[in-house]
Amino acid sequence: MTYREAIRAGLREALRSDPRVFLMGEDVGRYGGAYACSRGLLEEFGPERVRDTPLSESTFVGAGIGAALGGMRPIVEVMTVNFSLLALDQVVNNAATLRHMSGGQFSIPLAVRMATGGGRQLAAQHSHSLEGWYAHIPGIKVLTPATVADAKGMLLAALQDPDPVFIFEHAMLYPMEGELDEDAGAADISQARVRRQGNDVTLITFGGSLPKTLEAAEQLASLEIEAEVVDARVLRPLDISTFLTSVAKTHRVVIVDEAWRTGSFAAEISAQIMEQGFDHLDAPVARICAAEVPMPYAKHLEEAALPQVGIIVKTVQGL
Amino acid sequence: MKAAVAVEDKIVRVLGEGGEVDASKDPRLSDRDLLTLYRAMLLNRMVDERMFRLQRQGRIAFYIGATGEEAAIIGAAFAMGEKDWVVPCYREFGAAYVRGFTLRDFFCQIFGNAQDLTKGRQMPVHIASSRLHVLSVSSPVGTQIPHAVGLAIAAKIRKAKEAALVFFGDGATSEGDFHVSMNFAGVFRAPCVFLCRNNQWAISVPRERQTAAPSIEIKAKAYGFEGVLVDGNDVLAIYATTKKAFEKARSGGGPTLIEAFTYRLGPHSTSDDPHAYRGEDEVELWKKKDPLIRFREYLEKRKLWHQDRETKLMQDLNEEILSTLKEVEQIPPPPPESIFEDVYAVMPWHLREQRDQLLRWLEERKKITESY
Ligand SMILES: Cc1ncc(C[n+]2csc(CCOP(=O)(O)OP(=O)(O)O)c2C)c(N)n1
Ligand SMILES: [Mg+2]
Repeated sequence: MTYREAIRAGLREALRSDPRVFLMGEDVGRYGGAYACSRGLLEEFGPERVRDTPLSESTFVGAGIGAALGGMRPIVEVMTVNFSLLALDQVVNNAATLRHMSGGQFSIPLAVRMATGGGRQLAAQHSHSLEGWYAHIPGIKVLTPATVADAKGMLLAALQDPDPVFIFEHAMLYPMEGELDEDAGAADISQARVRRQGNDVTLITFGGSLPKTLEAAEQLASLEIEAEVVDARVLRPLDISTFLTSVAKTHRVVIVDEAWRTGSFAAEISAQIMEQGFDHLDAPVARICAAEVPMPYAKHLEEAALPQVGIIVKTVQGL
Repeated sequence: MKAAVAVEDKIVRVLGEGGEVDASKDPRLSDRDLLTLYRAMLLNRMVDERMFRLQRQGRIAFYIGATGEEAAIIGAAFAMGEKDWVVPCYREFGAAYVRGFTLRDFFCQIFGNAQDLTKGRQMPVHIASSRLHVLSVSSPVGTQIPHAVGLAIAAKIRKAKEAALVFFGDGATSEGDFHVSMNFAGVFRAPCVFLCRNNQWAISVPRERQTAAPSIEIKAKAYGFEGVLVDGNDVLAIYATTKKAFEKARSGGGPTLIEAFTYRLGPHSTSDDPHAYRGEDEVELWKKKDPLIRFREYLEKRKLWHQDRETKLMQDLNEEILSTLKEVEQIPPPPPESIFEDVYAVMPWHLREQRDQLLRWLEERKKITESY
């Protein structure tokens, strides 16, 4: 099963099992979603529950907040993270604050899904990885499923959560094949996961950089360096203890994050490891991030801007 | 069919569907101008066909076309002055073309090569030319509309007799930027012409899903200025209406919203398959209203055109397209380290550092590959 199919399976299961759940966004119905995640769902559940909306990010996120307040369990699909910026006021000033500002009177059980990341030659207005920005905001949860199992399990977990949950689906992952236990329900959304065991170095990553990092780990193995790969999975609230356990074993850390380096989520992970795991470290924490430029279009330019397997390998060798 | 009735009631049309002209509304363009317009429209159509083919062959990654909407795009831009600004959506190559953006400029952009004005940084068809006063294409829908209002306000402050023309689609009218820009332009009487290409679809979402109003043009009323509904497949009607809107804007009369009622005959872009959401019968209906056919029939009636000239022009354009393509495909790509340029006017130290790091890595990788 692919990552995309796993998301669809999650959507279907949620729509079937909970009458409060409905999906809305642009092109989610007749078209089946810009990334085909909701294909077939309009036919199965009808236009009330799989709703093509007018083209207005701010309004479908804002109306999602309203519907959640009104007793529903809305899933809002925003085509890409770049376009979610048109709805940012609804996220930062409203979804994230309402519970707190109201003295705990209001709850917003809202799930917002969107594609993130580069690698498909879509240039500066469709390719950025802004999940790290979202992770800066208290009051929302931020998930970055990087496996087929998490693609479905995290969506179901988001729908059980009483707070707004933002799910960032890296667009390069949609066609990825993987295992899925059909009966597995909601995934845990409190912990990071070790995806590969190793003793020599800890590679911490999340989302679309996980496959690249695992590939780098394989190449490193052929150079007799055993890397442990940790998938952060949940950026907020962040599970630092899984990182620390690994660092205590390997004493070296490289963080791979597709966002821009300055102020990146990699910087946050690095700071926390420095604060809490300084004594374990034998080398400074290293970061591999995107070049700090708007994402270019041409293939070789985009490759030059994005973290690559070769750079991960080289960085580890240089530690 | 409520919308259709409302449309027929007040639509501005110069050319009937068989190419017959309404003399009272005829903008009386010279023969030369008429032929220039036709040539540009045909070229745009032929470039679309060629580029879709190139994308299928894997020679370009993406393309987004104007097929069916050439009259609305080219007719409007043709009515502007040299100093006026075009703020494009993403189907407006034709508008730039009639302002002097060449086919070669366009192909260099599509290939993202070293001579592309956008230096390989923008998606194909996301053109820009400061020299020609064509603003950079902005992908997030509707975000370009406020820029046009700002350009118009700037012209007004400078007391220049200039105006801005902004293109956007029917889908964009659901975004906040559309409404607040219209409001702003109304309040400041900005010399701004809003041109909505109502091509009936926003990817898979039909016009009815964007607004419950019978038309888009009607929205101008709420912002305190005039809206005009125009047959977007009638190049002379578009030209005449835009010309009038510009004259009004330049003489202090404020903004105008033009709704060009047209149709996207092709897919949204090369990433789209319209069969998933619309019927062939609808497309067939609109094919009969093709803006190129209607204009050609008019030109034939005026004895300016006939089949032989059509055949010859198509041959010439085809040759021009192919020879330009051939030349452009030889141009090398921009160097990888060029991505660090133009982030700022002057490259700061941290980008110089990242650039040098990239160069060292590329050098090393070359050595690794050579040693194999
Ligand atoms: C803010 C934003 N949301 C979504 C998209 C994805 N998108 C690209 S074009 C488009 C449809 C726009 O339709 P319309 O405004 O009618 O213009 P048309 O393509 O029909 O010319 C959508 C939804 C985007 N580019 N920007
Ligand atoms: Mg449209």
